[in-house]
Amino acid sequence: MDLVVNGVEHALDLDPRTTLLDALREHLHLTGAKKGCDHGQCGACTVLLDGRRVNSCLILAISQQGVPVTTVEGLGTEREPHPVQQGFLDHDGFQCGYCTPGQICSAVGMLDEVARGWPSAVTRDGDDGPLDDAEIRERMSGNLCRCGAYANIVPAIAQAAGR
Amino acid sequence: MTAVTERAVGAPLGRIEGPAKVTGAARYAAEYPVENLAHAWVIQSPVARGTLDGVVVDPTTEDKDLLAVLWHGNAPRLEESDDPELAVLQSARISYRGQALALVVARTPEAARRAAQVIRLEITEEPHDALLTADHPGLYTPEQVNPAFPAVTESGDVAGAFAAAPVTVDVTYRTPALHNNPMEPHATIAVWSGDDLVLYDSNQHPPGVAAAVGAVLGLPAERVHVITEHVGGGFGSKGTARPNAVLAALGARVVGRPVKLVLPRQALFSMVGYRTPTIQRIRLAAERDGTLTAIDHEAVEQTSRLYEFAEQTTVATRHMYAAPHRRTGHRLVRLDVPTPRWMRAPGEAPGMLGLECAMDELAERLGLDPIELRVRNEPRVEPESGVPFSSRHYLDCLREGAERFGWADRDPQPRRRREGAWWVGTGVAGATYPTMAQPSTARVRALPDGRYEVAVAATDIGTGARTILTQIAADELGVGVGRVHVRIGDSTLPMASVAGGSSGSASWGWAVTGACRALRESGSEEAVYDSTEEVQRQEKEGKHAYGAHFAEVRVDADTGEVRVSRLFGMYAVGRVLNPRTARSQFISGMTMGLGMALHEEGVLDPATGDWVNHDLAEYHVPAHADVESIEADWLDERDRAVNPMGSKGIGEIGIVGSPAAIVNAVWHATGVRVRDLPVRLDKLLPHLG
Ligand code: FES
Ligand code: FES
Repeated sequence: MDLVVNGVEHALDLDPRTTLLDALREHLHLTGAKKGCDHGQCGACTVLLDGRRVNSCLILAISQQGVPVTTVEGLGTEREPHPVQQGFLDHDGFQCGYCTPGQICSAVGMLDEVARGWPSAVTRDGDDGPLDDAEIRERMSGNLCRCGAYANIVPAIAQAAGR
Repeated sequence: MTAVTERAVGAPLGRIEGPAKVTGAARYAAEYPVENLAHAWVIQSPVARGTLDGVVVDPTTEDKDLLAVLWHGNAPRLEESDDPELAVLQSARISYRGQALALVVARTPEAARRAAQVIRLEITEEPHDALLTADHPGLYTPEQVNPAFPAVTESGDVAGAFAAAPVTVDVTYRTPALHNNPMEPHATIAVWSGDDLVLYDSNQHPPGVAAAVGAVLGLPAERVHVITEHVGGGFGSKGTARPNAVLAALGARVVGRPVKLVLPRQALFSMVGYRTPTIQRIRLAAERDGTLTAIDHEAVEQTSRLYEFAEQTTVATRHMYAAPHRRTGHRLVRLDVPTPRWMRAPGEAPGMLGLECAMDELAERLGLDPIELRVRNEPRVEPESGVPFSSRHYLDCLREGAERFGWADRDPQPRRRREGAWWVGTGVAGATYPTMAQPSTARVRALPDGRYEVAVAATDIGTGARTILTQIAADELGVGVGRVHVRIGDSTLPMASVAGGSSGSASWGWAVTGACRALRESGSEEAVYDSTEEVQRQEKEGKHAYGAHFAEVRVDADTGEVRVSRLFGMYAVGRVLNPRTARSQFISGMTMGLGMALHEEGVLDPATGDWVNHDLAEYHVPAHADVESIEADWLDERDRAVNPMGSKGIGEIGIVGSPAAIVNAVWHATGVRVRDLPVRLDKLLPHLG
């Protein structure tokens, strides 16, 4: 099968039971996407699938042939970080760093959802001002951080959102 | 060496490994590319007590990729260990539900996992007892509590003081089992070459893991090379070797190829430790002016049949407040439950919940401001031991914190502030954590390119250790941080103590300071410094960090939902080496404290001995939406007695007292004292109407 990751096409011979997360980590050695629970409960494995954020532990790799996958490795580099990555650096938005790639990919996907006008559970009718903290917190709640860096992640994302 | 005037210590230097972490380049234990790797899956006990009599692999379901199934019937024999949890696959005896009973090794992770599902265990189940009660017939007083405190202390005439006191409080607080749940599950890749073993392992102490795994395998520690470059959190659960390291090594030995074992999240609830539930009775006796005459704090806790771990729940009570008559104690019961272990601030976190909530109840009884009550009971020396404090600025934390938080105009009466659908209240609680340092060794080398390599077998579990050691070395060498390269996370580097007890920076920084000084003074190319002698020569003084936590909560009058709208911590922790990473450490502890107060609860079903809510969907750790405003700041405290840097440990104090501040704020908002954590809405609702 073919997986397209960060713009590169990979031909892989996979067990059909292989999740997208395991394909990335075990077969392509793209270990930026993390495994925290393997059950869709923590968000550490978040990647972008055709631009939308997904928990890659809940997706079978074989079902995503040819669909563009973006992992944290595809967002930016140490020299030229993505604005969200830069926000995390500027605000110390992480400690152990294990939830971090998932938080970053999730934030990138989330900002795109906001740009498309998708509401969240805390959006009220007529809300169209800048993305406030409550919105960020609500929309990012699928990404757990046991180090408790939330108070720094919110301003990191706000900075990337241009606030 | 060129002189630099600007000091690195005290500057908010960004994390050295930050760019690697935000781009996914930082490698954690399970992420090393290793040739010919096989994958393991652990089979855990489905019963709480019994014997494993056999393991049956059904030939009709056997996978062509299956390599081995190990259990006590066929696993290689291990040497005796101080830690019976490391004697994996050695005995038929089942001590708790979730114990590792067998290890499946296969060519692919999918095959290993599938095989583990279809393999049949032949088990003789026995009746079990997994329920902690305050009057359990099996309760006993342990010889000592973690790590080496007496279990019981008593001075004065406690009974007499209570009989004579005009005001007393006698309350029982309960804390549930709590699970560390670092985001990175425990993981090991084991690679043998001959009799040498390399372990890529997620832990808080590479040299300790090398020694412990070496001991059970009958290998000298130097034949075991533990690599721990980045660690996805531990919070105590990775403080010593856990069964995964030994299981992976055994599996790799048997199949003759490297083996990776990553524990599934569910296994973390039973296989790697958790915080014991506690039942604490706290009795306070006071004069009408609030002067304490007696304190009595007793904790009931559980441990497993396999290993005695006694959390030091009431130890902080021994030195927090003055009172002439005092008693503290611990009683344990061995149950058919997983082994409890260290979790962030073992002892202080649950114990200060009990003490600081009881103090709030006493303040209410006396009609005294809770801060003033604490002011009236400030000890001049450690109350039990009589030794002086090296520094103690607890009252300054309370006063400065009160000022910043806006405490002064608080109505002392509960249930007075209503804002729309919400009852609003505020609460305060003290915090303390011991200041420790342990012997470590560091080496520094002048490199030909003008840089310096500093090496110490420390780990950075998210604390900022790599960055702080860089700053310490830069100042001692008199160079900029860019010329210092710190190497940690490898057991073959000079011996370092564990990343635990909030003692990492102090212990490793001490050794790094010594090595850099020795290099500078000798003018040689390399210097090694072992801090053992200096650390052991330390003055006997009461060395503690202090803090005060302030919480503002809103409680929904109709649903009982609790929101923490503000949580503020004011600390006195000696010299802050890096304000950026320090602030993160504080808010990290406070966030976990918020979880402890409102959300976290390991529910053990006494009928099965199983953690009912053993995953991240049902064991709720704080999420983004739970955290509104969490802030931390600190006083400028100087304490040269603690270590050469003058720093106190900061990784744990944030979880000490912050839960009590929230629980006290819930009372202030609603008038309801919840003495059984977490404060769930069903405990508030009946009283709100
Ligand atoms: S690993 Fe996928 S959500 Fe946790
Ligand atoms: S930084 Fe450690 S879990 Fe988020």
